[in-house]
Amino acid sequence: MTDSNSTIISAESAEAIEVTDQPSAWSRLIRNPGVIIGGLLLALIVSLVPAAPFITPLDPTDISPRNRNKAPGYETVHKDDEGNKYTVVAHMGTDKLGRDVFARVIYGARVSLVVGVSVAAIAVSLGLFIGLMAGYFRWVDAIVMRIMDGLMAIPAILLAIALVSLSGATLFTVILAIVIPEIPRVVRVVRSIVLSIREEPYVEAAISVGTPTAKILWRHVLPNTLAPLIVQGTFICGSAILLEAILSFLGVGVPPEIPTWGNIMAQGRDLFQIFPHSILYPGIFLTLTVLAINMLGDGLRDTIDPRMSKEI
Amino acid sequence: MWSYLFRRILAVIPVLLVVLIIVFLMLRLTPGDPAANIAGDAATTEDIAQLRADLGLEEPLLVQFGIYAKNLLRGDFGESFYYKRPVISMIADGVQPTLSLALFTIVIASVIAVPLGTLAAYRQGTWIDRMVMGFSVVGFSVPVFVIGYLLIYFLSVKLEWFPVQGYQHIQDGIAGWAYRLILPASALSVIFIALIARMTRTSVLEVLNEDYIRTARAKGLPESKVVMKHALRNAAVPIVTIIGIAIGILISGVVVTESVFVIPGLGLLTLDAIQGRDYPTVQALIILFSVVYVLINLVIDLLYTLLDPRIRY
Repeated sequence: MTDSNSTIISAESAEAIEVTDQPSAWSRLIRNPGVIIGGLLLALIVSLVPAAPFITPLDPTDISPRNRNKAPGYETVHKDDEGNKYTVVAHMGTDKLGRDVFARVIYGARVSLVVGVSVAAIAVSLGLFIGLMAGYFRWVDAIVMRIMDGLMAIPAILLAIALVSLSGATLFTVILAIVIPEIPRVVRVVRSIVLSIREEPYVEAAISVGTPTAKILWRHVLPNTLAPLIVQGTFICGSAILLEAILSFLGVGVPPEIPTWGNIMAQGRDLFQIFPHSILYPGIFLTLTVLAINMLGDGLRDTIDPRMSKEI
Repeated sequence: MWSYLFRRILAVIPVLLVVLIIVFLMLRLTPGDPAANIAGDAATTEDIAQLRADLGLEEPLLVQFGIYAKNLLRGDFGESFYYKRPVISMIADGVQPTLSLALFTIVIASVIAVPLGTLAAYRQGTWIDRMVMGFSVVGFSVPVFVIGYLLIYFLSVKLEWFPVQGYQHIQDGIAGWAYRLILPASALSVIFIALIARMTRTSVLEVLNEDYIRTARAKGLPESKVVMKHALRNAAVPIVTIIGIAIGILISGVVVTESVFVIPGLGLLTLDAIQGRDYPTVQALIILFSVVYVLINLVIDLLYTLLDPRIRY
């Protein structure tokens, strides 16, 4: 679903920009080093999602007392369904329950990416809707922006921790808890764009010929928000993955049996002075993923939304 | 200008009110009975009923909010369920470690980032510039707990240069206090070095293109003076802008860093309170952090008018 959406969005925004910019934005996009390196790195990590069962034969949730706390390179013994024994090299060692850290790290990519993409999609769509309403209808604006200011004032991490601990830790509540602090950031961007577009002559013209408000928002205002929202969505995806890892690491995130990078690190904390691999390897994967997304976001911002590149 | 100051200060009130309402509703509107949530799994039905009465949960929502707001205004944050101590005294204990960590971090970050950003701008397009910008992207992406554990592993466990974890109060000796803060503050400062260096570079670049820089060079001032006296000083105003963003990152960073380095500050208190379902403490801490955030942003806005005489409202 997200795949087809993103292709539609990028095709449309590329067209929209081609009219205004001199050299084609699309060609600048595919020549931007950030987009290329970030995109390739991200593609590699995304490919772990379908490829995981082919990379490791092990189940990331399999507990095996005899393989507890082994250093990287140790050969662990497992049984297959027929009871035949086979050995697997634990590339990243095992954790205190004997689970293979390599398998957990590889499968952990799934949860991280699901959280990142869902949070970005939900936060952007909700924020877009609220922002359009706030920007276009003055009476909504006053109320909504006060609520958004209040939400922005509460540190995202504390809000997320409190929401998860109150509603019980599941993958869904974690996603929701990360979405809520992100919404105001989207609303602000959308609202400021709507406010400036609303004064444009073509919107005035549309109003004067009696175009219904819904159609004005859809046809004239919405397309202008696409490029900034793609950029914003990319950064939200990165920060959501980071926040999920932080929540899991602090023990208030996704349930511990689900392999996520944050959970692996949380479980490696007590013994990390002797077995640093449980923290080191998921940390590397987490960093590379966030780095890839941020590079992609920077590249997208510089090429499709140059207005924003002056901020930060 | 006075009317601007007055209006700006007044604008803080609705924001804080919304924060209070959100925090209040969060506890009341989440699925399940808050009293049962607070009491935990081991509680009996009578315990829960007693707790409901104690918390005033039988009253209408509006009355509850009235009581809650009145207590807060009087500075009464209630008593911790877990430690049976006034929340305010627990917060008082955590202020020093958290403030020390935050200040140390900001000092380390500024001392490194401002020269780095200036240098990058001054040598725009060279390898120095690319290195600084590359570091900036990486610095944004490495989570503070990963940096923290790397530092602990290599500098404390392997090289034994620093204590692994812990905190020493300043009254027990300044040297020990500072020594134990070096690692946590360094870990936390990485993201700020990235942020401040990038921002410094952008705003110095902008200033370097101004006419008065050309004039300064034309009249034969040495380059060091051009950069230090003209460029950096004028670039300072936009740099102040990011403090707002930085405070948000700092608060979440402090929570994580305190957990990694076992520093008994407000962040660790928040986590303990959440894990112990100690809701009065959680409530008070979220409100405290939010108030700090709002007030710092207010001060920054007011500072603008002082720093840049061109800004007149």
